[in-house]
Amino acid sequence: MSFWQYANPKKFTETVTPLIPWILGLALLCLAGALVWGVFFTPEDYRQGATVKIIYLHVPSALMAINAWFMMLVASLIWLIRRHHVSALAAKAAAPVGMVMVLIAIATGAIWGKPMWGTYWAWDPRLTSFLILFLFYLGYMALWAAIDDADTAADLTAVLCIVGSVFAVLSRYAVLFWNQGLHQGASLSLDPEEHVADVFYYPLLVSIAGFVLLFIGLVLLRTRSEIALRRAAALERRTEARLATGEPA
Amino acid sequence: MSALLLRDLRLALRSGGGFGLGLAFFLIVIVLVPFGIGPERALLARIAPGMLWVAALLAALLTLDRLFALDHEDGALQLLATAPLPLESLILAKALAHWLTTGLPLTLAAPLLGPLLALPAGAAPWLLLSLALGTPALSLIGAFGAALTLSIRRGGLLLSLIVLPLYVPTLIFGAEMARRGAEGLAQGAAPAMLAALSLGCLALMPFAAAAALRVNLR
Repeated sequence: MSFWQYANPKKFTETVTPLIPWILGLALLCLAGALVWGVFFTPEDYRQGATVKIIYLHVPSALMAINAWFMMLVASLIWLIRRHHVSALAAKAAAPVGMVMVLIAIATGAIWGKPMWGTYWAWDPRLTSFLILFLFYLGYMALWAAIDDADTAADLTAVLCIVGSVFAVLSRYAVLFWNQGLHQGASLSLDPEEHVADVFYYPLLVSIAGFVLLFIGLVLLRTRSEIALRRAAALERRTEARLATGEPA
Repeated sequence: MSALLLRDLRLALRSGGGFGLGLAFFLIVIVLVPFGIGPERALLARIAPGMLWVAALLAALLTLDRLFALDHEDGALQLLATAPLPLESLILAKALAHWLTTGLPLTLAAPLLGPLLALPAGAAPWLLLSLALGTPALSLIGAFGAALTLSIRRGGLLLSLIVLPLYVPTLIFGAEMARRGAEGLAQGAAPAMLAALSLGCLALMPFAAAAALRVNLR
């Protein structure tokens, strides 16, 4: 028994199918709990007022936006090294989820930014890096969509994901060099000065757990559909080949 | 490798398309800028280094899809791939040819187009230097993008979607260097970072591009 047995698409599907409702259910529970706790039972910030409460959506989605790309990088490496199709499909499945996370982070940031900074958008290093990350997701997904052959698409997107990761990190630091920011420091930090206060911290942790579970659940769900789609395409090809040769079914 | 380089250069010169086209595109973008934002000299002078960089970057992008596509169509690329020359060297030669026919002319032309955007006189050498340091990275990243999108029909649009985000660090450091030159500020880390980007791309991009090309030629 090893971890790699789940690289078998059939085994993977059989294992994750009963898990998905549980993971998504738990995610919903965490999110609902964190949002109710966060919105109704935590005090308002003395400077930001009620707007501080958007943190329960903004921070977890931003966190997952980056982690989703990281997960795609790991999955791409596994695909390039061990040629497990499930891994390539998981990377493909994670991209739209990660992209939506970027969008949530940018949108909640903009909604918060209007009353607080007086603008929806500023060319702040963090905001800019996220916009660039969004473009990386777009390019990655467009490349998947543009190539017909499944293995070629998986190989090329994996190479793009690796090169893109290097350039995403480069852009992050280049952008810091380019403009100093408005954005506050990290909400989650080992530095107690920078770290968010405890009243906000605990509901935030639950919300992050909810987002992580939501991401895992959605990626498993989408990977499973990708496997089913791949299977359907293979069956269709086989039927066509059979019809072409006139062989009985 | 040098034979390949000479062949590519000769093809670019004789077919006429690639060589002048990038430069003409560069010129037209620079001409369009004042129409878009107005002819006020102070404003133009402020944005000139950045606009020249953006225009050079777009002009370099324009000629990328021809990098491997022509050889791919007539089958020469498959032959070259089976030749004893490693694919990485092939890409290096191609990227160098692209730089010599696009990056270098753009670098030399940029200071000449500077007056159109009221670029301060003292800024021209810095602009020249920043483009000379940065355009090799553009060609090498572009070679990777071209190798990636080789087998896609009408891949040009996708190529730009993939390559432009990768151009961000180069653009930031290049434009920053040109801007600081124009405003007479101390250069700081920008030239070193720009050179590091170009050298890093020179060292690593041929391998990434060769990996992509191998998949596409499979």
